[in-house]
Amino acid sequence: MKRIPGRCPLNTHQIVDEYFIENRHRLLDIAAFLDRLDRSSDGRPPADDFRTRAFGQALQVLLDPNPDRLRRIHMIFSDPTTEPREALDRKAAWGAYNPSLEAL
Amino acid sequence: MQYIEPHAHMVSRTTDDYRQLALTGCIAISEPAFWAGWDRLTQDGFEGYFRQLTEFEPKRAAQYGIQHYTWLCLNPKEGENRGLAREVLQCIPKYLERPNVIGIGEIGLNRVTQNELATFADHVALALEYKQLILIHTPHLEDKYKGTKVTVETLAKFPGIEPGRVMLDHAEEHTIEMILDNGFRTGLTLYPETKVSIPRAVDIVEKYGPERIYVNSACDWGHSTPLAIPQFIMEMRRRGHPESLIRRIVLDNPAEFLQQSPKFRLAIDDTQGRYVPNR
Repeated sequence: MKRIPGRCPLNTHQIVDEYFIENRHRLLDIAAFLDRLDRSSDGRPPADDFRTRAFGQALQVLLDPNPDRLRRIHMIFSDPTTEPREALDRKAAWGAYNPSLEAL
Repeated sequence: MQYIEPHAHMVSRTTDDYRQLALTGCIAISEPAFWAGWDRLTQDGFEGYFRQLTEFEPKRAAQYGIQHYTWLCLNPKEGENRGLAREVLQCIPKYLERPNVIGIGEIGLNRVTQNELATFADHVALALEYKQLILIHTPHLEDKYKGTKVTVETLAKFPGIEPGRVMLDHAEEHTIEMILDNGFRTGLTLYPETKVSIPRAVDIVEKYGPERIYVNSACDWGHSTPLAIPQFIMEMRRRGHPESLIRRIVLDNPAEFLQQSPKFRLAIDDTQGRYVPNR
């Protein structure tokens, strides 16, 4: 599909004016989430969980200056397989793909 | 600004929500059949739900001047149960003639299993047999990309499919191109956490333009916001988008899709009973 070369009508300064505070808030929330994991009651490394491993990979994309960060992060979290599951494992999605298909 | 809410599960919402929708300009709602949060056990359970969608809910909406339309199916979360699916599919046709039923939906995949896929295909065949519009749910989170891809590939196996009569809902940035490239219509679901945020929905409209795209709240019994569309309108205005573009996304596009059903007619229409956009 040919993308419409649509840009945001706001200029850079206006985008920062409009969206800086709310995104600063989101960034601090992510930092707090990571700090909370460090303070967990069992001290288990966050990377033991497939979701936090994917989260860490996604954070690397945020620091990448190349475009299309959002779509790349989507794909980090997505199931890359192509065949339907043989049977239902659970009703709800996890939020990230578990390559080992291990239940928590 | 007047708008259509094309995807809301009002059986799960309060009458106060209808009031707020009316106060913010909502003139019509389309309500797909959905999962109750737990599995229904019998065909009778579904028939009771279909009666609620076609008898009770339109009256509740009408109290606030909102037109209510609906879609029928056994939803993807229950699609794994093939035996029950077959029973429910057999009882759907007798409800299709009811005045507010405009199609089959929301059908599709949940965890992308073989049984879900078979149930989805059965619903597509039913919709084609009865010349119904089709509303498709695309899966959640890590299952969305794969599920959307499998859905598009499955639809391609039905020669009778007219893409302009099929809505693949809940698109996100990594699935919208495969939907639009195949000629289907798509919906952006404005959710607090698990689908598209309102600023991201506006980003998508800026990148892809308004063609064949609408927005919805998909409000239900979970974490969701019935007034998401008015908030989308505010976000579009915040960025300086023209009123004509906003109206196209929240009124013209859903009307264009939904009025392919001869039953969908807006009260603000012309003498032929069809909504005609003033672009």
